[in-house]
Amino acid sequence: MDFEKLFQLVIAASLINNFVFTRFLGLCIFFGVSKKMETAVGMSITFTAVMVISAALSWVVFKYIMLPLDITFLKIIVFIGIIAAFVQSADTIMKKVSPALYYKLGIYLALITTNCIILAVPLINSGEGYSFLESMSFGLGSGLGFALALVIMASIREKLELADIPAPFRGLPISFIVAGLLALAFTGFSGLITL
Amino acid sequence: MAHTDKSNWELIKNGMFSENTIFRMAISLCPSIAVTNSLKNGFSMGIAVIFVQTMVNLTVSLIRNFINPKIRIPIFMLVIAGYVSIIDMSMAAWARPVYKQIGLYIQLIVAFASIFARAEVFAVKNRVVPSIADGLGMGIGFFLAMIVISFFRELLGKGSLWGMPIVSGNPLLIMILPAGGFFAVGILMGFFNWMDARIAARKTAAETT
Repeated sequence: MDFEKLFQLVIAASLINNFVFTRFLGLCIFFGVSKKMETAVGMSITFTAVMVISAALSWVVFKYIMLPLDITFLKIIVFIGIIAAFVQSADTIMKKVSPALYYKLGIYLALITTNCIILAVPLINSGEGYSFLESMSFGLGSGLGFALALVIMASIREKLELADIPAPFRGLPISFIVAGLLALAFTGFSGLITL
Repeated sequence: MAHTDKSNWELIKNGMFSENTIFRMAISLCPSIAVTNSLKNGFSMGIAVIFVQTMVNLTVSLIRNFINPKIRIPIFMLVIAGYVSIIDMSMAAWARPVYKQIGLYIQLIVAFASIFARAEVFAVKNRVVPSIADGLGMGIGFFLAMIVISFFRELLGKGSLWGMPIVSGNPLLIMILPAGGFFAVGILMGFFNWMDARIAARKTAAETT
């Protein structure tokens, strides 16, 4: 397996095609949990883990069940089913095996099921025809990219709490404008690698 | 079961303005930035959402007495995914050029918080006609938000509307870049907050005099 290609995929998915700033996915969670650094970090860890595993699971199902049976048109329904089932079972297993971890990260797990990035990764993987390892690296890169965006945003928003912002812009509107500035910064990464 | 006592028209208006998905509830934000770089894309996305939201509300309301509350979430998911697949395949067949640009986001309607929330909060507790009205209202509210955002972004970013040139000269390229989407939504949201504050202030002024 070509290690260089995998590394490029991770970099491309996390920096150049950052899900939040260039593909605009997962914005609900992005604006929802970026108020505090602590929640942002917890969310990022959970998110990246779920992303890699669900990318791997759905690749297996897509390749060995859906392609032979010629039911690829059902992929939306099947992928959301896989993710919901996986998140639900991870939730249950975590509760039994490691209650401490569960109380820290459990609430984020529940939020993740209805997140568009988690669903977008398998959809893009199947659309691009990535191999197993490529799918997982794409999932990892996307997760890291999301984590990076979330942590940057949370640290800015903690500072924004103290700033004197015009009343109508307080809360979400100013966060959007900050995100816009960050997105501008991220466009600087385009052209870093050409795949 | 908490039946609503609002009239259908009130329900539609509620979804369009006071509980507008994008500007008021601030959920389902992804497409509001991703597909609003031209009026045509925003319009198509809005239509798709109106269809899915209304049909999901209709279906959930029809089967509400047969759903076991414990497994309602997977059932809602299946209903939503079914309708999204329908609109996804229809658009792939009939609207090829638009679909190429926004196809991924159409598929991701599945993960829309707003559609799921309306099924959970409204349709599962109410009769069929109010549910349809609620779905329509929510869908139209989303549609209007998409139109407003994409109108400004296409006009400022490309100097055109629906692909037709309107303004000559150098457009503000930034508005159709990713960053412009965030700016547009942020500024519009601030504007609506400001209008709200103005209207509220006028109301209290009228009451005191």
